[in-house]
Amino acid sequence: MPLLITGAADAGLMELPWDVPLSAWPEERIAALPRGLSRHVVRFVRHGDGVLAVKETNPEIAHREFHMLRELERMEAPCVKAVAVVTGRQSPSGEELPAALVTEHLAYSLPYRAIFSSALRTGTLTRLIDALSILVVRLHLAGFYWGDVSLSNALFRRDASAFSAYLVDAETGDLHPKLTDGQREYDLDTATTNIVGELLDLQESEDLDETVDPFDIGTRLESRYRELWTALTSTETITSNVPFQVAERVRALNALGFDLGEIDMQQTEDGTAVTLRPKVVDAGFHSRRLMRLTGLDVQENQARRLLNDMEEYRVVHESARGHKADETFAAHEWLTHVFEPTVRAVPRKLRGKLEPAQVFHEVLDHRWYLAQAAGKDVPMPVATGSYVKNVLPTKADEQAVLGLSITEMTAELPALTAEFGTSYAVSDPYANDNTHAWGGVPEPEVEEPPTVTRVSTRVTAPKRQARTAAERAAESLEDEAGTLDIADGE
Amino acid sequence: MWTPQGTLHYGSSGTYLPVKGPRNMATVTFDNASRIYPGTERPAVDSLQLDIADGEFLVLVGPSGCGKSTSLRMLAGLEDVDKGSIWVGDRDVTHVQPKDRDIAMVFQSYALYPHMTVADNMGFALKIAKTDKAEIRKRVEDAAKILDLTEYLDRKPKALSGGQRQRVAMGRAIVRQPQVFLMDEPLSNLDAKLRVQTRTQIAALQRRLGTTTVYVTHDQVEALTMGDRIAVLKDGVLQQVGTPRDMYDAPANVFVAGFIGSPAMNISTFKVEDGKAIVGPARVPLKRETLDNMSADDNSEVVLGWRPESMDRVAPNSEGALPIEVVVVEELGSDAFVYGQLPTLATTLADPKFGGTGEVIVRVDPRDVPEKGSTMWVTIREGEQHAFSATTGKRISPSAASTAATPTA
Repeated sequence: MPLLITGAADAGLMELPWDVPLSAWPEERIAALPRGLSRHVVRFVRHGDGVLAVKETNPEIAHREFHMLRELERMEAPCVKAVAVVTGRQSPSGEELPAALVTEHLAYSLPYRAIFSSALRTGTLTRLIDALSILVVRLHLAGFYWGDVSLSNALFRRDASAFSAYLVDAETGDLHPKLTDGQREYDLDTATTNIVGELLDLQESEDLDETVDPFDIGTRLESRYRELWTALTSTETITSNVPFQVAERVRALNALGFDLGEIDMQQTEDGTAVTLRPKVVDAGFHSRRLMRLTGLDVQENQARRLLNDMEEYRVVHESARGHKADETFAAHEWLTHVFEPTVRAVPRKLRGKLEPAQVFHEVLDHRWYLAQAAGKDVPMPVATGSYVKNVLPTKADEQAVLGLSITEMTAELPALTAEFGTSYAVSDPYANDNTHAWGGVPEPEVEEPPTVTRVSTRVTAPKRQARTAAERAAESLEDEAGTLDIADGE
Repeated sequence: MWTPQGTLHYGSSGTYLPVKGPRNMATVTFDNASRIYPGTERPAVDSLQLDIADGEFLVLVGPSGCGKSTSLRMLAGLEDVDKGSIWVGDRDVTHVQPKDRDIAMVFQSYALYPHMTVADNMGFALKIAKTDKAEIRKRVEDAAKILDLTEYLDRKPKALSGGQRQRVAMGRAIVRQPQVFLMDEPLSNLDAKLRVQTRTQIAALQRRLGTTTVYVTHDQVEALTMGDRIAVLKDGVLQQVGTPRDMYDAPANVFVAGFIGSPAMNISTFKVEDGKAIVGPARVPLKRETLDNMSADDNSEVVLGWRPESMDRVAPNSEGALPIEVVVVEELGSDAFVYGQLPTLATTLADPKFGGTGEVIVRVDPRDVPEKGSTMWVTIREGEQHAFSATTGKRISPSAASTAATPTA
């Protein structure tokens, strides 16, 4: 059977060395990325401007998973993007090779093990579990039975001060018009078992503090899931003030980040009450609103943060203007005057660290700390300058390439996939200048953050303790910029 | 509860049978159980009536979409039972949550945790159920004995071979000591060679454990080689349940006849005259019972089935012999198969319901194979023909005498 690639219209896929077993692909093709525990050979491969994840498996499973991911994508479920299925692979000596499923690597995503290796702060773990429980709820609403819920089978992206979880392994799953209670219960049961196992394993490898109780954390997913599921799907009976109660229910769902698409309202038999049951709920209430207003495609909590800032901007400028600006107009102004200058201030070489929206969120946080220290408000350009100089360089590069320690830690068990040798060349952390997700931001004129010369506020940011290689690398930047003297731009 | 030694005796049928301990009888009963998906007319599983004995290895087999996986998931609690009920032992579990059914789904491909010992990998899930530490250790040790993993218990998975690692994954299910194991195409992930190896291992392991097991596959060879009994499903309807031998020797209908056995049974519809089926120039006599079971609706037609090994080569134009044009000869060393064609005059029936192509597969002596393009004459061996109703496809001949017929799985 000749080589057959089914999927994305990307002729470049033909160029990949499909006649070589994935475990032996040349190093220059391989991107050293953190990987979860996997039962298959999985490799991240540089391709064009991006990175692809390639998994070896049998043709039936590959096709099935491919179509399921496509279907989930169509339903806007949070999952990785399926690119292609490759079958009919043969080595030059005619030996048959396994089929491969190709997915897009989710930029700025991290497997849970990588998150643990980069400074586990209190609450990180519970935030991961919370993100996973939201993912399970969303998938269940879409009719997807996962079959193997675990931290390993998801990827996490920073989402303001929380995380968003994405489905990466759909192999064990099934799509149904509607899930049965048994399917949901079974998913929760496997989730608990898997999470406990994963946390016990982290404790064995001393990546998780002994004081954390894996069994406590393991049951958290179930309780978070049940809270959310009840809020989203339960039927309530209203006896009075129906319009108000309906509006309240919608508001409560919005606060959870969900939109009410359809609702069932039914009068009770005796006519004295109305039962209310959400029928269609869609996740991403805030991110869709932000998308509509600004065209920015960001995650839910980031959107929430950005919308808050936008609203603040609108209110502040109301007094100057004398009237409140139209929402769309204010959004446009905020985008060009606040958001874009802030993310543009990040030099190109530091862009691999965090997504633009996440940078913006962190600048807002940083601004709050600066204001605390200064005892008064600190304007955005000042906060941005200080953040770019003092904070961002200390962050690990999370866009695509990570160092040896994480690669080692997360390399799959060689024998699980019957492959050998898991040492990879460590790439230059800045070498892969992947501009994915930065594409929508206009390029700055210069590489360095803009220097604003008018003096009104002078802030000394608190010095950070840990000085990493990345920070030292950023010192050249510091030398050039000197102490930033920044004035309020208005 | 089983203990690993001294509890097996050699069963009369040639298999190891577990001696029943004080453990509950883990029979499984589907009592007219149906699954009807909302918005569909035809049930995905239609009034399934099936009794599975304690300790039995039952294989659900059928083509894709036949309802075999749905049936398994109904037992697991993943699919609702819309009509009828499901029992485990003397307990009605129809509306019981999956985790309270005392049933374990077994996966061949659990991820193993690299930093945990083999013992912890097998036993950690019991800690969630707050099982006592000493009890966990005991169960893990018992399972390790069965799985030949005792000496590896304190090692990390990295130190194990691929096969050993698979057994650790099985151990995770075994230590839970469920009443029933469920396996849904567990070998689909493996390459052909490993599939054959693992198939043998699973069957042997199940016999050592003596735990009731329901196994789903689309592969009839897997079903024949692994199951104590096989249940064949098609379009959500149970077609037949029986031992591999039953299914092979006395298929209940045309579907089972064609599905079980490899290469497949030869099936064609023929005209009946004077108690004989007209197969080209040949007249094949039919049994009294067969003729009695034919109905007026059959329009004097009968479906005959005979296995590739149920024919003898004879001299041309012998009495009752059929001519077969040799299209392809497949030589397998120990066997040879002729893929041939019946003469058109044997199959000129207008649009028969079953087997209209006239293709015939014949097993021949590998040291005496006919030439491609030649015509070979064969007779169907007495008593090795299966007759089915031309209208319903149901078996109308008595069980074939199981003499020379051998499963060629």
